Amino acid sequence: MNELLEQLKPLFSGEVFLLTLVMGSFLLGVFLYKRTQITLLQPLLITMLIIIPFLKITGIEYQTFYQKTNILNFMLGPSVVALGYVLYEQIENVKGNVISILTSVFVGSVVGIVSVVLIAKAFGADRLLMASLAPKSVTTPIAISLAEKDGGAPALTAAFVVICGLFGGLVGPIILRRLGINSKIAKGLAMGSSSHALGTARAMEMGALEGAISGLAIGIMGIMTALLIPFAEWLF
Amino acid sequence: MIKGFFFILLFYFLGQLVSLLIHGFIPGSVIGMILLFLALFFKVINPENVRTTATVITKNMAVFFVPAAVGLMAYIEIVSRNFLAIIVGIAISTILTIVTVALVQERMEKRGKKGDTAHE
Repeated sequence: MNELLEQLKPLFSGEVFLLTLVMGSFLLGVFLYKRTQITLLQPLLITMLIIIPFLKITGIEYQTFYQKTNILNFMLGPSVVALGYVLYEQIENVKGNVISILTSVFVGSVVGIVSVVLIAKAFGADRLLMASLAPKSVTTPIAISLAEKDGGAPALTAAFVVICGLFGGLVGPIILRRLGINSKIAKGLAMGSSSHALGTARAMEMGALEGAISGLAIGIMGIMTALLIPFAEWLF
Repeated sequence: MIKGFFFILLFYFLGQLVSLLIHGFIPGSVIGMILLFLALFFKVINPENVRTTATVITKNMAVFFVPAAVGLMAYIEIVSRNFLAIIVGIAISTILTIVTVALVQERMEKRGKKGDTAHE
């Protein structure tokens, strides 16, 4: 019996099994999210809730998991580049509003970075934590590369981006209603620039234009934040 | 699909090249995104070349960050030690971002529209 387990171990810590497990967990997450419509049940979150205990129980090191599933990690880069196409697709919605869109996302980006860094600092956070928090409002692949470059921890940033997206997706529509915002562009921009893809999913529920603008905001917010993060180091 | 991949990887590489030249000030992937956008906008490349690939990978982006997100298990201690800083920081900052972006955009749009009617 033990012998058999020993023989099986390499199989269960190999690429094929781990990637199958990731895809399966993610699919389960998508299924649960679609079925229940509960914002908190994000596929990524569900995948983490399955994979992390699995690794803990089997004693597979995170480093091993990371290496074996590296093909997914690699795809983050190309998926950011591909956003350039998404941006291009939505250009029609933007004509005539370019300056206001760039200004509002720029202001939002500054407010977002400065506030999260200063609040964390007030609570006594260290540099690693602040650098991981600063890019929380942008889509994960961009956030991860920004955090990495700045001495943050990509894994922490990935988690913060998800928390930020979940929170913004939940409260965003309520805040926008309270503020009495009428402009569809303003609604979409606020959702996308504060909560990236998760905010965009909620913006899609408001309407097609809100959704498209929110998708656009993800790209602009990513660029603005990438430009601003080097200056955020002064706050650390 | 292969053609799309070729163009996306090509622009990724060009982005990395530019990123290297500016000492990594902006990540190569972000520069690649801007370059791809510009190439499409100025009709240097045909959008049909990248449409399928770009749509497929951006629609399924979330799965790509599983390896990084699972890495959170290595940081449980840091997270629990700074739980308040993280939660309060993210919550307040997210609310502020939503409020400022929405208000600035709505104000500027209204002013722009008033400007337009004044010209007519």
